[in-house]
Parts: sequence; C-alpha cells; structure tokens
Amino acid sequence: MTDVPFQPDRATERPRSQWAEVWAQFKTHRGALIGLAVFVALVLFVSVGPLVWTRSPTYINPNAAEMILSRNKPPSWQAPLGTDQLGRDMLARMMAGGQVSIAVGLVAMVISMVLGTLVGVLAGYFRRLDGPLMRLTDLFLALPLLPLLLVMVMLFRDPLARSLGPEGGTFLLIVTAIGVTSWMQAARIVRGEVLALKEREFVLAARSIGTPARRIILRHILPNIVSPIMVSATLGIASAIITESALSFLGLGFPPDFPTWGRLLFDGVEYIQQYPARVIWPGLAISLIVLSVNYIGDGLRDALDPRIRGR
Amino acid sequence: MRLRTALMGACATAAMALPALAERGSDGNVNILYSQAVSILNPYLSSGTKDVEVSSLIIEPLAGFDEKGNLFPRLAAEIPTLENGGVSEDLTTITWKLKEGLLWSDGTPVTSADVVFSWQYCTHPEGGCAQAARYEGVQSVEAIDERTVKVTFSAPKPNPYSAFVGSTSPIIQKAQFQDCLGAAAATCTAQNFGPIGTGPFRVTEFKVNDVVQLEANPHYRDPEKPAFATVMVKGGGDAAGAARAVMETGEFDYAWNTQINPELQAQMKAGGKGQFVSAFGTLVERIEMNLTNPSPSLPEGERSTVKHPHPFLTDARVRKALSMAIDRNLLVEVGYGEAGRPTCNLVPAPEIYASDNTDCLTQDIEGAKALLEEAGFTPGPDGIRVNADGVRLSVLYQTSVNPVRQDFQALIKQWWNEIGVEVELKSIDPGVYFGGDPGSPDTFQKFYADVEMYANNFDGTDPEPYLAQYLCDKIPGPENQWQGENINRYCDPAYEALVRELAQTRDIAARAELVKRMNDMLTKESHVVVPLVDRGRLSAHSNTLGGVVLNVWDTELWNVQDWYRIK
Repeated sequence: MTDVPFQPDRATERPRSQWAEVWAQFKTHRGALIGLAVFVALVLFVSVGPLVWTRSPTYINPNAAEMILSRNKPPSWQAPLGTDQLGRDMLARMMAGGQVSIAVGLVAMVISMVLGTLVGVLAGYFRRLDGPLMRLTDLFLALPLLPLLLVMVMLFRDPLARSLGPEGGTFLLIVTAIGVTSWMQAARIVRGEVLALKEREFVLAARSIGTPARRIILRHILPNIVSPIMVSATLGIASAIITESALSFLGLGFPPDFPTWGRLLFDGVEYIQQYPARVIWPGLAISLIVLSVNYIGDGLRDALDPRIRGR
Repeated sequence: MRLRTALMGACATAAMALPALAERGSDGNVNILYSQAVSILNPYLSSGTKDVEVSSLIIEPLAGFDEKGNLFPRLAAEIPTLENGGVSEDLTTITWKLKEGLLWSDGTPVTSADVVFSWQYCTHPEGGCAQAARYEGVQSVEAIDERTVKVTFSAPKPNPYSAFVGSTSPIIQKAQFQDCLGAAAATCTAQNFGPIGTGPFRVTEFKVNDVVQLEANPHYRDPEKPAFATVMVKGGGDAAGAARAVMETGEFDYAWNTQINPELQAQMKAGGKGQFVSAFGTLVERIEMNLTNPSPSLPEGERSTVKHPHPFLTDARVRKALSMAIDRNLLVEVGYGEAGRPTCNLVPAPEIYASDNTDCLTQDIEGAKALLEEAGFTPGPDGIRVNADGVRLSVLYQTSVNPVRQDFQALIKQWWNEIGVEVELKSIDPGVYFGGDPGSPDTFQKFYADVEMYANNFDGTDPEPYLAQYLCDKIPGPENQWQGENINRYCDPAYEALVRELAQTRDIAARAELVKRMNDMLTKESHVVVPLVDRGRLSAHSNTLGGVVLNVWDTELWNVQDWYRIK
C-alpha cells in the first residue's frame, strides 16, 4: 500500500494559456467578479432590454386627457419604473439613455487610451521626443476642459450634424472631445513605466542583438505596461460618462429629446422632492457602472501583473 | 336665528373695517423674502427688479401704476392730462403738482427742487444711470414754484408718463444726494444704502446682499399707515425655497416670484399656511416662425437673411397648420399651472389692448392635416410630408435650456410629427441664446433654425414700441450686427402703415383699435408669431397677511402701506 500513484506537482501541470492564467487570478478577486457581473448586467439591460421592453422612450400619449392622467405615475406593471412628467416610460428611457452613456464611455475611453499610450510610449522610449511631447501633455493638462469642450461643440456641431445627422454627429463630437481631452494622465503614467522598463536587462539584451525599436516596443514594453493602461482605461470610462452628463447638464450634449443618463438626472432634479425615484434610478445606474468598472480595473491589474499572480 | 345672523354680519363688518381702523405700527413686524438678495437701495444705480422693488418701500415716484395698469398719483396731487391742462395741447410739456405738506422721512419738506434734482441726477452725462430710458426725450425739467414742476420734451410725446412715473424713476432728496452727481454716484455708499424717502418705511439697517431692516416712516403722509411697525426683507435662496418658507413653514409672510412647477405648487398649497397670488402682464411664451431660410448650406452671412426666403414657412397655410396642432391648455397644465394661461395674442394685456382672438385655443390635428394637404404637402414614404417640388416639412426647433421649455419642445414635437412634420430639437445655454453676441451662431436674433421659442414682454402699459419692432428695417442681419428686433424677418407694407398711424394717434380708444388690428395681423391672420402661454407673476403670501394685491405693471410692493395682519 505504499505504492502511491504518481501525483504531478504544480510545475508539471499541463501548461495553461496566459489568458486562462489571468482569468484564474481574476476569479479570486471577489470585488472584481461582482463588478464584472454588474457591468455585464447593465450592458445586457441597455442592449437586450429594449428588445424585450418595446415601449418607445419618447412616446407621449397624443390624447391630452390620457396624457395628463399618465404623468408622474409610480411603478406599476405598465411602467415598472413609473413615468416622467410627460408620461414617458422611465424604464424605456433608462435603457435608451444607458445605450448612449455606455457607448460614449467605452468609445471615449478607447480614444483616450490609444492617444495616451501612443504619446506615453513615444515620449518614454525616444529621448528626443520626450521634451516636446511632455510639454504638449502639460499644455493639455493646463487647458480648462469645459470651455474647450464648449468651443469644440460650437465650432463643429453644425458641420458634423449635417453630414452624420444630429445624433450621430453629436456622438462623434462628444466622444472625440472627451477622448482628446482626457489622455494626459494615461500618457504620464505610461511614460514613467516605459522609462523604467527601458533600462531593464531584457530590453538591453533585445537591443544588443539589433532588435528594431518598433519590435522592442510591441514585444517587450507594451505587454509589461498593460496593467497601468487597463487601470486608467477603467477610470477613463467612468470620467467619460460623467463628462457626458455634465455636457447634457449644460444643454450641449445630445438634442434635448434624446435621453442619456446624465440628462435623465438633470431632468429629474426639479422633481427631486416629489418623485425622488426620478433622480435615484439614473444616479444609481451611473454610480453602479462607474463602481463596477473601477472594480474590474482593480481585479484586472492584479490579474495582469505576473508578479502578483499566483500569490 | 335672526339675531345670530345680525351678529355675524356685524362681526364681518368689523373684520372688514379692521384695516381702516388700524393705527400706524399696530401690527408688529412683517417678513418679506426675495429669492434674489438686495444689493443697493437706489434704483438709479441698478436695473435689478429686486433692488427696484425693495427701494420702492422707501422712495416713491410722482405717480405709479395700479394692478390694472392705470395711473394713480403718489406724490403728485393728481394725474396731469390734456383735459385738466396738465399736458399741453402739442404734447410737448407736462406739468406735475406735488401734494401739499409732503415731508421726507427726516422731517424736511419735499419741494419741486427735489424733483428737478432727481432728473439731473439720472441724466448727468458722467453718471451711468440704469433708468436713463425713463427720461428719454426729456429736454428740461423746471421748478415753476415750490410745488410745481414742468417737464418739457424735445418732441411731441403721445405717452408723456415716463419720467417720474413708476418705481424705476422715484424722487430722491436733493439735500442728501447733491454731492453724488455724475461719477461720484457710485461712491456715495451711505446715500445709496439708506436713502431718505417719502415712502411708508425707512431703512434702519442694510446688510448688502443679505437683509434690509426697515421701520415705519414717522412722517408718512397718511397718519394711519403703514399698519406694520417694522419690515424685514431677507434675500437669497431660490424660488422653491422661498415658496416653502411662506407656504409650508410659515417663517415668512410674503415671498416674491415663486415660479415653481405646477405639481410643487399643488403640494405646497396643501401646507395650508399661505396662498399663491398670480397676476398676468404682457409676458408671452411664443413660437416665432423664421420667414427666411436658415439652411446651413447657404454661405455664412446669407443664412437667415432676407436674401433667401424660407422654402415652406413663407406659406401662411403651413404656419397656420403648425399653430393648429398645438394644445395650449395642455402646455399650461404641464408647465405653469396657476402661473400661466393659454393665449392667442401677442399683446394679452392691458385689457383695452387685448384682442378677442381665441381661435387657437382648441387643438385641431385633423384640420391641420387638411390644411397641409391643401398647401400641396402629402405624406411621403416615411410619413413626413413632401410637396411636388420635393420640399420636405422638416423643421429645426430651438430654445433655451430650461426644464419647462424642454417639456414644451417634446410635446410640440409629438404634435407636429403627428401632422407629418419632421422636428429636430435643439436647446441652447440661455447665456448664449439671449447673449446677443454677433459672433455666436446660437443667438435668438441670428435665428439659425426654422422655429424658435422664447418669452418676451414690453415695458409699461403702452404696446406701441413693442409692435413697432416688426418693421422691415428692424430685421436682424449681418449689416446691423444682428441687433434688430424683428426676429421673424416679417415685412408687410400694410403693417408699416399701421405703425405710422399708431404713432400719430392720440385718442386712447382709437389706439386700442389699432393695436388689436396689428396684433391680429401678426397672430391669427398670418401666424408669423404663434403665442402659446401668457405667463404671469406668481408670488406667495401667508394667510395672516392681508391687503396683498399683486401688480405686474409696477413694483409688487406697490401697496405695502395697505398691508395688515389678519388677526
């Protein structure tokens, strides 16, 4: 009975892919898992929801008498989240609003990450570009964001609306505006990381065998700075959603009948005392998406860092 | 039974007679809340309504307007007219006579020199008087004797009641202000914060942008008034907070301008401590139709100018159909409640000038559709009407950022969609929209949209200057830096003739006829201006405060000397 069957130890376990490794680590972060679940739930709510709940978010009852009766209704089976001051269905408005807010958040984040990483890597890796690019970053950081956005909206709204329609034009304008005004933090973080990595032995080794700069960046540097980029990306989604809300607040975002979470919040403020639900739902949705994205970022950072992974 | 009725009758009579029997200062303190704090007590140095109104407790003009818009004498013995010889036949002079025995609150007599000085003070070339418009056209003001002043105009003036009339041009004391002429005006802090006046109250303490404490003026001309010994005017907060302080908590007796949504109004009324009072002036929320083409495909400088007429809004039938599709009663219900009433008139008040035009008050969707058919617009494949030339009924509808206006936009868009008109909405920051900056494409004067919505009114009770805005030469355009007042780019020789006729008509009944005629031309005949809601002033007062009569033609505190405490 001393014949113990051969037990493979961890080191000889069937090798797993890097992403499986990451997922295994990610799973151990409870907050990140909950965050991911909430995020997926919200995305499903806004994308699949409208296919199930087919009421139009802008439908107002054309019959005046019925419209008056359908205003400011509490939650019921006809309108699970109640109706607003014009009798529009709040659930449908939350879904439509979420589509825009989440899309703006994601697209603006992608734009700002691409820009930030590009500037950061170039500045960190090429000494000659460091000065000018970092001064440009400082310049953008010093620019007051809101006035700049106002000018951009004023200059480009009409031409864009003409070529892409009022909604498409505004969407492109807003994501670009938010994207090009929020890449600076990412650029600074990336530059710092690149500066440190550049002096490490494996980069030196790669350089000594004549690897071109492009390849070193793609093969050795970028994979090592994924975790800070991920973290700023998740933070970026949150701030993009909030900036869009601020623009809607000022009446500079989408056309007024086009719901977004920020606008729903703005419209609800006037009724906060009588119908607090009107502000609670969009406020809760914005908070949830921001929190969940932050937790996902936290979990991803841990999971992507090989030095933390497995501990 | 009969005895009881008689007793009740006696009690009621006694209760009604109570204010008249009251003696000065018998009712204690009254608290007034202005949601915008008072920053100065000299209306000549501020155009803010809150400053003008609170100073009207202290200083008074020769005559004021009552709640119906009629003139009544304050410091003057009577209103000068053509009949009593106070106004000269050629309309170039007006002679005012002061009441006898008037005293300032420091006990010195009021004389004609003070009246002359008030004019000099405001028209001093080095001073920036906020109310200079009241003295426009005044050539000279002379004191004939101790109590008589003669105002001479540089040209005949059909409406001579501008100088020294209304709370914006009060009489100030010469002795107090004589060192404050011209550039020195703003430096006279003591005077501007505590003017000596003839009104029912005088200042005891003034904290800038916070609170004004007043006490009854011991030298007020009516020995029995005011009933209140002291007044506290507190400033700050917002409309909803102000309404709550009167209606729900009862901390204040009167709150100025409590413009809040109808739902909240109903909720606050349930508080049971106060009531809302509303009065309607000339402020009309309206949709303006652009008669010129705002298309962005036109070169800059030609958009929305008379060079390019609008592709479909120049057709009166289309404009009428757009107006017919609107349910104004519903708009009032949703947006204003007690503070608004549906109207079809551009000039809804004063009563003598208001046309009996009520055709637009019932919504008629089917009629609107039929009218568009008649104009040659038939529904295309997407439900939007197109005419034979391929002109699509698609409008850009702009207004300022404001919750009520956005609700109106959503409702009107729905109705217009129903009759086959495509609507794109746009809302603009009010600072930009009303800012008048010729460099911005988003001002209401530039009107880079097909229709736009805002509210406007006229100053005083005479609609002549207001109606004269719709002249051809007042069309905004690049050549006048977009500063014209004829927002619709309306131009009609028949209308111009009426404007000229009005300027030469003196008889009040004939003037009223002309005003009605012009109002109808702009509204029900052409639908160039589509009035929606006559917006009133809404204030709140406590159930224990009596004598409040809301006045939209002059200061809201115009009859504060008659206010009393209901016991």
